[in-house]
Amino acid sequence: MSLLEIENLSLAIADTPILRDIELSVAPGEVMGLVGESGSGKSMTALTVMQLLPFAARATGRVTFGGIDILSATEDQMCALRGDDIGMVFQEPMTALNPVKTIGEQVAEGIRWHTGANRADAEERARKMLDRVGLPSAQFPLSRYPHELSGGQRQRVVIAIACALKPKLLIADEPTTALDVVLQAQILDLLRDLVAENGMGLLLISHDLAVVTEMADRITIMRHGEIIEAGDTARTLSEQLHPYTRQLAQASMHVPARAKIHEVGQGKPLLQVDSVTRDYLGRRTSLFKRTAPIRAVNEVSFSMAPGQSVALVGRSGCGKSTLARMVLALDEPTSGTIRFRGQDITGKSEADLKSARRDMQVVFQDPYGSFDPRQKVERLVAEPLHVLEKKPTNTERREMVAKALHEVGLSPRDMDKYPHEFSGGQRQRLSIARAIITRPKLVVADEPVSALDVSIRAQILDLFAELNQKLGIAYLFITHDLTVARAITDAVMVMHDGSIVERGKTSEVLDHPQSDAAKALVTAAPDLHRAIARRLREQG
Amino acid sequence: MTAYLLKRLAIAVATLVLASMVVFAVLEIIPGDPARLMLGMNASADQVELLRNQMGLNAPLAWRYLHWAGGLMSLDFGRSYTYSVPVIDLVRERVVVSLPLALIALALSTLIAIPVGLFSAGRHGRASDTVAMGAAQLGVAVPNFWFALMLIYLFAVWLRLVPAGGFPGWGAGVWPALKSLVLPAIALALPQAAILARVTRSALIEVLNEDYIRTARAKGLPYRAVLWRHALRNAMIPVLTILGLQFAFLLAGTIIIENVFYLPGLGRLVFQAITQRDLIVVESVVMLLVAAVIIVNLLVDLSYAVVDPRLRSRP
Repeated sequence: MSLLEIENLSLAIADTPILRDIELSVAPGEVMGLVGESGSGKSMTALTVMQLLPFAARATGRVTFGGIDILSATEDQMCALRGDDIGMVFQEPMTALNPVKTIGEQVAEGIRWHTGANRADAEERARKMLDRVGLPSAQFPLSRYPHELSGGQRQRVVIAIACALKPKLLIADEPTTALDVVLQAQILDLLRDLVAENGMGLLLISHDLAVVTEMADRITIMRHGEIIEAGDTARTLSEQLHPYTRQLAQASMHVPARAKIHEVGQGKPLLQVDSVTRDYLGRRTSLFKRTAPIRAVNEVSFSMAPGQSVALVGRSGCGKSTLARMVLALDEPTSGTIRFRGQDITGKSEADLKSARRDMQVVFQDPYGSFDPRQKVERLVAEPLHVLEKKPTNTERREMVAKALHEVGLSPRDMDKYPHEFSGGQRQRLSIARAIITRPKLVVADEPVSALDVSIRAQILDLFAELNQKLGIAYLFITHDLTVARAITDAVMVMHDGSIVERGKTSEVLDHPQSDAAKALVTAAPDLHRAIARRLREQG
Repeated sequence: MTAYLLKRLAIAVATLVLASMVVFAVLEIIPGDPARLMLGMNASADQVELLRNQMGLNAPLAWRYLHWAGGLMSLDFGRSYTYSVPVIDLVRERVVVSLPLALIALALSTLIAIPVGLFSAGRHGRASDTVAMGAAQLGVAVPNFWFALMLIYLFAVWLRLVPAGGFPGWGAGVWPALKSLVLPAIALALPQAAILARVTRSALIEVLNEDYIRTARAKGLPYRAVLWRHALRNAMIPVLTILGLQFAFLLAGTIIIENVFYLPGLGRLVFQAITQRDLIVVESVVMLLVAAVIIVNLLVDLSYAVVDPRLRSRP
C-alpha cells in the first residue's frame, strides 16, 4: 500500500494554473525521484503535500497520506502531521535555520512540540539525532549557533530536524543543490541510510537527473506543471521513450563540439600567475588580539595561453574565487605577481589597469542578481565600454551592443527591454554579451551555468564553446561541477586548501585523478551514464 | 563578546566628549552676554566687566571648557543666573517628573506597538491588517498637542477621572502623582506606538519570508507559535533601534506636552532657560540629555548582542 498517494491533483494560485492532473505515489521505504526544470511545479507539488502553499493557492484532486485526506485536513491535523509523520528538507541550508536559536533548541523544538517531552528528554533525543547525522557532540554541542557551522553541516542539522521523530515520509526539495559535489555525495549517503534504517519513504526533488538516478527507485518527470513520464528509474532512463526525457538526459550529458584544442606553451602566455598568496586577517578575538591570518590562496603559479580554456575546480571554500578575483585585479595578492599580456597588474592604480580591464571580463553565477533591474539592456551591455580609449558615439554604441547581442543569439531589438523581460538562460546570454562587447582576450566565468536548468545549460555551454572558436577568447572557468569542466575546457587545475594540487589535460585529470582532492571530486561527482548502468544492474 | 562590549563603550565615551565640545562651542558662539543680561541694560561697562571676571567669562576658552567639563563629572553644573540656585538642584527637581513620564510613555508605546505589529503581520494583506495600519497612519499624522487637548477634554473635563494638568509632586503620594502623568504619557506614547507598530509589522513581514520560517512550519508548529518563537526575536533589531531613538525623543522632546499639561519637567526648564538666556542651565540640561541618549544607545547596542548571537562574535 502506498504511503503517499496523489491523484488528479491540480493547483492554481490566484487563477494562474500551476499544476495539472498530477499523479504520484510513494511507498514505505521507497525513494521517488521528482525531476523537472525550474518552474515545472516540483516544489509546489511538495508544498501541497505539506499544505504550506501560498495564501491564494487552490488545490483540487486527492492527496492521501496514510489514509488521511490532506486537501480536506484541518490546519490542526496538518500541524500534527508536519514534522512528525512528514519531514521536509529544503534547498538552501545557509538560510534554513533560525540564526538566533541554537541548533539544540531547533532540533529539540519539534520533538517537544509533538511528544510533549520535557526539555531534558527532548535535548537527549536531539543529541542522538545530531550524532546520527554526523555532528558528534565533541565538536557540535547543542549550544552551537547556525552561523558557526558550514553549509554542509547546516544541511545535516536541517535533516536532523526533519528526521528527529522518524517520519514515515521525508520530502527533500533540492537538498544538495547548494552544496559542492563532495558534500552532496555525503548528504545523499546520509539520506539513503536514513531511508534504509527507518523504512522511510523519500520524495527526492531535483533538477539533476544524475543525482535522482543514483538515488531513486522510481522517477517522475515533470514539465510545465504536468507529469511527462513516470516509472522505474532504470527503465525510464535507459529506454527514454518520451522525447522530453531523452532531451533532458542528453542535455545533462551535453558536450559542445570544439574543433581546436589549445595547449599550454603555444607562443607568448596570455596570463602568468607567479607564486601568488592571499592572506586574510584572522578573526578578532579581543580589541587587540586576532587569530592567525587565514591563507586563502597559497603560492599558486600557473599560466594560460591565448584562446585556451582552463577549468579551476575545487570544493567550496578552497580559494578558487579569491584567486579569480586577483586575476581580475579586483583583489590584491599578499605576495606574488600576476602578469596579463606581459603587463604586471598587481598593485596598479585603476588608471593603469584600464587597458588590462578592457581585455579581461567576467561572467558571474547568478543571472538574476548581476543586473540592475532599472536599466535597459542597451546600457547594461554597454557598461564595459567606458574602459575604451575613445568614447563611442551613441550610434556606434548601439551598433556594438547590437553586434554583441547577435553574437550571443539574442535579437538587437532586445536592446530596449529591461532584464526582467528575459528568462534565466537569456539573462546569462546578456551577461556573456556584456563580457564580450570589448572583445576581451580573457573571460573569467565563476560558476556560469550552475544556476541554470540542464537544457539551458547545454545551450550556454555551446555558446561559450562557439565564442571560444570564433573570437579566440580564453576562458578561466571556476566550477565545482566536473561535467562543465569536461565539456568546455582543455586543461584542469584542481585546487584544495588554497593550493593547486593537480593540473593537466582535462580528460587525463578527470579520468585518472592522482591527488586525493581530485579523486574525491571525481568519485563524488554524479554521472548519469554510470548511474543508469548501475540502476540497470540493480533493477534488471 | 568582551571585544564588542569594549568597543561600544569606547565609542560611547568618545561621542560624549565630542558632544560636550560641540555644546560648549555652540553656546560660546551665539550672541548675548550673560553678564550684561544679569545686570540689565543700565549697568556700566565696568560693572559688566567686573561680573564677567567673577563668573570666569574672561578666562581662556580651553580653560573654561575644562573647568566646565570637570564640573559636569562631579555633578557640579554651576549656578543658574536667573534662579540663583545650583543647576543640579533645578535638574533634580525636574528629572523626577520627566524620567518617569518618559519611561511610562515608552512602556505604553511598546506594549501597544508590539502586539499590534504582531497582529498586523500575522494577517498581512487582510482587512484587519489594513484597518490596524490605517489607525497607525492616523496616529503618526495627528499632532500630539492636539491629541493631548482631546485627552484633557475627554478624561479631565468631561469624565473627571484625572487632573487636567499640573503635578502635585511625589511627596503628595504615588497615586496622585501617577494620575497626573497618565494623560501626558498617553499623549506622548500614541504617536510613538504608531511608528513602532509599523516598524514591527514590516520587520516581521520581512522575517516571515525567510527560509527558516518555512523550516519551523515544516516542524509542525502552528502559525502563531512560529510568529512568537521564531519571527519576533529576529525582527527585534530594527524595533530596538527605533525604541532607542524614541526614548531620546521622549526625554527631550516633551517641551510641548509639558507645556500643555503644566508639568514642571526638564523640557519646560530648558524652554524657560533659553528664553531667559540662562546659558549655564541650557548647557547643563542639554549635556544631561546627550548623556542619556548616548547611554540609551549603548544599551540598545548591547541588547542587539543579546538578541542576535552573530553579533557576539563580532568586535
